[in-house]
Amino acid sequence: MGLIVAAARNADAPVLVAQNIAFGVIAAIMVFSAFRVVTTRNVVHAAVYLVMVLSGAAAQFVLLGAEFVAITQLLVYVGAIVVLFLFGIMLTRAPIRGEERATRDSWPLGAFTALVLAGLLGYSLTNGFGGDRLPRYCTTAAPLAGSCLSPSGTRAISDAIFSTYLIPFEVTSLLLLAALIGAIVIARRD
Amino acid sequence: MLLNEFLFLAAALFALGVYGVISRRNGVMVLMSIELILNSVNINLVAFGAMNGNLTGQVFALFIIAVAAAEVGVGLAIVLAIFRNRRSVDLDEVDLMKG
Repeated sequence: MGLIVAAARNADAPVLVAQNIAFGVIAAIMVFSAFRVVTTRNVVHAAVYLVMVLSGAAAQFVLLGAEFVAITQLLVYVGAIVVLFLFGIMLTRAPIRGEERATRDSWPLGAFTALVLAGLLGYSLTNGFGGDRLPRYCTTAAPLAGSCLSPSGTRAISDAIFSTYLIPFEVTSLLLLAALIGAIVIARRD
Repeated sequence: MLLNEFLFLAAALFALGVYGVISRRNGVMVLMSIELILNSVNINLVAFGAMNGNLTGQVFALFIIAVAAAEVGVGLAIVLAIFRNRRSVDLDEVDLMKG
């Protein structure tokens, strides 16, 4: 709903028609797929719909000029995490044909919570960022930094990670190690 | 493009993920809903980064992707442990600590 309002308000923008159409199509696919992820009875179908949501997010990252994040999203999420989910589904022997009851009895409460949350978020976003526009896409060869939306190179991101954010990066590697060992210890049969 | 297009998309994904976390019975499906929530945050971070013209948002999105991978690994290990002990991943039956 809010997407339609935002797109309509943006209809008189002079350029970026193609980007807006791409955004709308991908966003519609993403929201529909996310809805199916949380409503479908078949867990394998849910995993496939999750792939569509994650790929759509990667496409939105490309629209925002974040190529490296988009590629990482495809590699890590679609390549690794979804495969992990499929293994989890397989190992827990969830019924492939679909479950009798996929949702618990208190699902109306969950739907109410989600609706209230969406309403509050929509209201505060409209209030807070109602007219903010993203910068135009760069057209000149050597643009000023931050003045327009240009694809940020992988080199700049690696510079940022390995200088400003070096300590969080190392902590992340420790976290991954801890998660690796923890997963093995928890799932081990002994 | 309006910044709000991306923020509304992320808000919709976030609300759907919250609904999934609350109402799903299968433990694996709850983890999938958590992935939806993390992705909506990623979209927000990258959109704000593009708005302000710096790379911080993208770097934090990368960190969130790494943390999400770790979270899914540990989460699925927990779900497998529950399955091995109880022959089911129905979260309604995991209520030992309920008062």
